[in-house]
This record gives sequence, structure tokens and C-alpha cells, in this order.
Amino acid sequence: MPDENVRSNEKDNKEENTHQMLLKGKAWIFGDSISTDHIAPGRYFHLRTNLPELAKNVLEDANPDFAAQMQPGDFVVAGRNFGLGSSREHAPRIIKIAGVNAVLAKSFARIFFRNAINVGLPVLEIDTSGIRHGDMLEVDLGTGTVRNATRDETMTFTPLPPVMVKILGDGGLVEHFKKYGDFNLG
Amino acid sequence: MASTLAEKIIASHVGRSVEPGEIVVTGVDVAALQDGTGPLAIMQLQELDMVRAHNPEKTILFLDHAAPSPRKELSNAHMSLREFAARTGAVLSEISEGICHQRLVEEYVSPGDILIGADSHTCTSGALAAFATGMGSTDVGIGIATGKTWLRVPETLRVVIAGRFATGVYAKDLMLHLIGMIGADGATYMALEFVGPGAEAMSMPERFTLSNMAVEAGAKTGLFAADEETRRYLDEQGRGSDYRELAADAGAEHARTVEIDAGEVEPNVSAPHAVENTRTVSEAAGTRVDQVFIGTCTNGRIEDLRVAAEILERRRRHPGTRLIITPASRSTYVKAAAEGLLRIFAEAGATVTGPGCGACVGVHGGILGDGEVCLATQNRNFQGRMGNAEAFIYLASPATAAATAIAGVIADPRDYLK
Ligand code: SF4
Repeated sequence: MPDENVRSNEKDNKEENTHQMLLKGKAWIFGDSISTDHIAPGRYFHLRTNLPELAKNVLEDANPDFAAQMQPGDFVVAGRNFGLGSSREHAPRIIKIAGVNAVLAKSFARIFFRNAINVGLPVLEIDTSGIRHGDMLEVDLGTGTVRNATRDETMTFTPLPPVMVKILGDGGLVEHFKKYGDFNLG
Repeated sequence: MASTLAEKIIASHVGRSVEPGEIVVTGVDVAALQDGTGPLAIMQLQELDMVRAHNPEKTILFLDHAAPSPRKELSNAHMSLREFAARTGAVLSEISEGICHQRLVEEYVSPGDILIGADSHTCTSGALAAFATGMGSTDVGIGIATGKTWLRVPETLRVVIAGRFATGVYAKDLMLHLIGMIGADGATYMALEFVGPGAEAMSMPERFTLSNMAVEAGAKTGLFAADEETRRYLDEQGRGSDYRELAADAGAEHARTVEIDAGEVEPNVSAPHAVENTRTVSEAAGTRVDQVFIGTCTNGRIEDLRVAAEILERRRRHPGTRLIITPASRSTYVKAAAEGLLRIFAEAGATVTGPGCGACVGVHGGILGDGEVCLATQNRNFQGRMGNAEAFIYLASPATAAATAIAGVIADPRDYLK
């Protein structure tokens, strides 16, 4: 059953990430306006019920080498309006399943941003223009800072709204509901 | 306090006035899933042991993106949605019925409603003065099970429209113009509100086209006031009793106002690979086109097909250009058949398909070849959208699409309208 694959795989990732406030990895640079069609192309529509398989093609239309060459823990670093387009939650999910630690971008499209939080993928709004491919980054979700170890620079990212901190802290919306059985966003 | 339309609708649900930026947990009137996003929503509800629908009559599962299914994985996805409907009492919209957004405005959404749908173009129903917004599978799944969701009350970007379109210019051209003007993130997190004499003069189908593309400017929803035209439309759908008048208060505060004179808008296209990449049809004229696609939730309504038929009647597609026409819903299809439009299309050399999303999302029925160019009436032209990252998509109105199919190159529809 593909369904079971998806669930067990995601759970592993989720647990790993929620307890980890300090994230370290290499930067992969993407441009402006990376759409959900770049991230999870429509031609793989039939793989939407098989997320580990779909994740092997993540971001393929933006960088065909990314999925094969990225290491778990790496960061996706992009320009403005990352994730524009469709509501497919599969997009942030497969970024997370592939092992990406967090997405850093100048700005995000609304539905993607909300979906990322719901699936427990950290998304950070920050000026990414000084980051180059391969730079080693250390992201501290607790203090809201990104240190570029390669260039010895430290930047702060726009804090998430409290409601999203809450959902992300719980490990996503499903985990939030497991914990409270209802919305508990106050 | 004077409220925008978005604030008014949310306030009426939470029972107090609200302000932009506030987070509210609100009741949901209508919830929708489609065949691409539905299976994941159901899986999440299974994991939470919450396989149920709070309001089954207003929970609709649409089999539209892969209709009919081109492969077994998608057939299995359809089975999971049918099974969920049978178990929960939710409404199933079968492969014959058409695109979710068109079906939602025809039958399910009323002025003042809050609609959440696991599809980004859920904003289409905003034309009925409903707070209609797209979300992901988990959000909508939980909305279905609990009847609730959380929202951030959006700021409003007001689009004041004056004037009326010249011949050969349509709502689609205005929307491409607007997105070219404010950019694909020009309204991120905001609600668009279309007002002014030009907005009031628009028919419901024209309003649907504008609201449909609100998300292409990053907006959460795209709203029109509910007025006499809304009443006429609901009457026509046999649901006049769902009408209620609804408009923003005079003096409500907006984050930004943009003014457009519809009379000055030219026929436009969006060039590959971004919707904001707008230019006039005369600037793009002469570009070779391999495939023309007329349909989708943006421009697959009967009014769109009538315009296309007017241009295609007694003409033939260019031999080097394929033409695919897909009615948005079953009722569109029935009308097009009764009015003789399907015959005009077939005689013009078009491939006419059953209702659904068709070629729009690259699942089946019109996938492009390497290096090919398509001109389509849909709402987005991102790289890879129609199933091939090596292909190029232009967006335009149904009139420009029909003219292009005849000319074999991007063509100005005004040359084909008497
Ligand atoms: S017609 Fe295209 S844009 Fe509209 S719902 Fe279907 S796939 Fe999405």
C-alpha cells in the first residue's frame, strides 16, 4: 500500500525536525517565482498517492540534478514568491520527504507557506541575495537567525506569526490535532 | 466601523467585527476536494481517525482533473474518493460533471458563504460574494471533519474598474493586464475586491474569470459584491432563494487601490513562463502556435464557447495548429450541443472533449511535445504546466484563441469579428 509508505516515512522526518532547533546544511540556490509545477510537476500527477516516489522528482523542472545530488539536511534557498501556483500540499511534503531542512526565500506564496507549516517544513522569509550555491548555513529556529558559515555572516529572518509557530512547534497540523483534538491557536 | 467585503463575511461567521491581520477560527459553509488533492486529505483524516463530514451536503468531492482517468493510479485515487463519499454522505461529482470551480458556482456556493477548497482556484466563487479560498489537503480535510478552519483576516486590495470593453476585448484581457501591472505577488495575502461601474456592468461569467485568477496575483480570494446580476445568475441556476445582497461598507479601509479603465484594455496575452509576463496581442502577433486549447475553469463556460464559435463558424483551423475544446461542466456541454456549437467546432477541425480540466494541468488529453508552443485560455503558464517542461504556453481569451487556431500564429481577434 503506497499510503502506508507515505505515513511512516513522514512520521520519521517529522519527529526528527520538531525537536531540532539548530539546522545545518548546504545551500542550493533557486531563482524567483519557483512554482508548484517546478516542485511537483503535473506529469507526475499519478504519483501523488506515492509521495516517496514523487519526492525523487522534487524540484526537477527548476534543477534536474537537485533530487539526486542533494544531501539530507541541505537547504533550498530561493528568490521571491517561492511556491506560487497550485494548492498541492504534495509540494512542501516532498521537499520535506527529500530531507530538506528548511526553505529560505525572499518571499513565499500564501498557500505554499501555509501548507509548509501544516506539514512541519520550516519556511523562512529572509534576504537570500548574499547566499551562494554550496554555502554552509546554520539556521537557528529558536533565535531566528541564519549564519552563513562560509561567508561568516549572520542574518535574522522575519518571525513566523504566533499561530504558525504553534502549529510548526507541534510538528504540523495533524500532530496539532492529535495533541488537542481541535484548533488550539490562542 | 466600516468593513470591506472580506471583513464583513468573516465577521458574520465569528459573530463580531474583525480587523486585518487578526487570526480567527471560523465555521465553514462549503468544503471541496478534487481528485489530485482529495486522496491526501482522506489519508490525513484516516491518520486522525476523523473520517467524517461535518456538513455532508456541502462537502463535495470532484473527479475533474483526471476525467476520465488515464491511468490506474488515478483510477485508484478516484476509488478512494468514491468510497469516502459513500462512507460520509459527502457529495460526489463524477467524471461526467465537470470542473470543481464551475460546479461550485452553479450549484453549491451562495453570497456570504465561506468556502475552502483544496485547489488554488477556489477563489472563483468570490464572484458570488463568498469568501472562497484555496488551501492544502490537510487544511481542507480538517475543515470537512470539523466544519471549521483558521484564517488570517486579509487586507484588501481594491480594483476600481471604469468603462466597458471594446469589441474583441474580454474579462480575461483585463485580468492579464491587472496581473501584468501588480505582479504575480502583487496581492499576496490580500483579498481583491472588484468595484466601480465597470465591475457592476460585468456579467457573472465575466466576474468568474476575474475572481478565478485572483490567486495568480497571490491573492487569497477575489470578491465582487452580490447585486442584481448575482440574483439573475442564481435565478438562472434555479437557486434564486440563495441570493442575498452583500457589499462592502462605504468608507472601508483598503491597503491599496488600483484603477483600470476597461475601455482602454487591449487584447492581451501572457508569454511563457509567467502570468505576469503580459503583453498586447499585437506585440505577440505572428508567433507560431502548435496547439490551441479552449476550456478550463477560467474560460470554458458557455459564453466563452459562444465567442469562440462566432469566430470559428465557417472557418477551419490552420493545418499546422491543433485545436482542443473542453467545456467546463456538463451543463455547459449540454448547452453547447443544443446551440450547435459542438458541430461548429468539429467542422472547424477541433477535438471536442467531455467536460473537465482536460489539457490544463498536464495529466492527459493535450500534453505538449518538446519545444512546442500552445496558446490556452487557462489561468497559468508555468514551465511544465501542460505536462512538458520543454514546451511554451501563452495565455489569452477564447476569442484570441479561436483567431490563433485559424491563423496558425498568435492573431488579433478583432480581425475576425465583424
Ligand atoms: S481547469 Fe485547470 S486551473 Fe482549473 S481546476 Fe482544472 S486544472 Fe486547475
